[in-house]
Amino acid sequence: MNPIETKQTYQDYVDKKSPNSPIWKNCFNAFWVGGLICTIGQIIMNICKERGFDQTVSGTIVSILLIGIAAFLTGLNLFNKIGKFAGAGSLVPITGFANSIVSPAMEYKSEGYVMGVGGKMFTVAGPVLVFGISASILVGIIYLIFNTQTMTLI
Amino acid sequence: MDIDWANVFNWVSLLKCFLVGGAICVVGQILIDKTKLTPARILVIFVTTGAILGGLGIYKYLVEFAGAGATVPLTGFGYNLAKGAIEGVKEAGLVGAFTGGVKASAGGIAAAVFFGYLASLISKPKMKKQ
Repeated sequence: MNPIETKQTYQDYVDKKSPNSPIWKNCFNAFWVGGLICTIGQIIMNICKERGFDQTVSGTIVSILLIGIAAFLTGLNLFNKIGKFAGAGSLVPITGFANSIVSPAMEYKSEGYVMGVGGKMFTVAGPVLVFGISASILVGIIYLIFNTQTMTLI
Repeated sequence: MDIDWANVFNWVSLLKCFLVGGAICVVGQILIDKTKLTPARILVIFVTTGAILGGLGIYKYLVEFAGAGATVPLTGFGYNLAKGAIEGVKEAGLVGAFTGGVKASAGGIAAAVFFGYLASLISKPKMKKQ
């Protein structure tokens, strides 16, 4: 690359490199990558069902496989590239949960395998589990309180 | 065992899954671009929203419609937790509210812990350039 000489060329260069908030492009990428990840999940689920697993077990297998794949892709530094391109498309599916566990753990590996990797794994996943599990317990308790025949919540 | 590939690649179900899964991710992308929320908060919001919608019995319809398109996003994780808690309550009363949710999503949580640790171990630390 040639050195940038004038202010004008520099400004052109900056404009070229930083397009102003490409939200439509981001949303489009998030849409098709996210949709694709879900579709892969659906294909795995259909195969499980064809093999005679029931709905619940199939769903669990899908989660385990997608989490495993995403965890190793993060470990190989490949997931971050997908994430940069797809944004929420790879963050919002369960793959993002796996990524959120491995990313900080990798970063703090130098602090050791127990407190570094083992501890920092839950920097992001911890809050997710805290709020998810707490919400589910509240839902259970509310269901218990309002559990009448006329009002079926699920 | 023979697998009927026509059932596996059922285009209607895959398309519905793609559209709904993609749409949920677009909601997340809009939250990222239009608000100052960090990804961690967005994940928390999605899981909690899923649990609430699951508790209200709304998310169930989305799952019936879109399958993995609704269960693979983190809202589906929240839905699964809430569904498990309600099933737990039906089986065991108050104790079920505490055991049901985690029981239903135990596979995912355990896999995340196990594979997460394993993948971190094999990963190469990122080399910072310069």
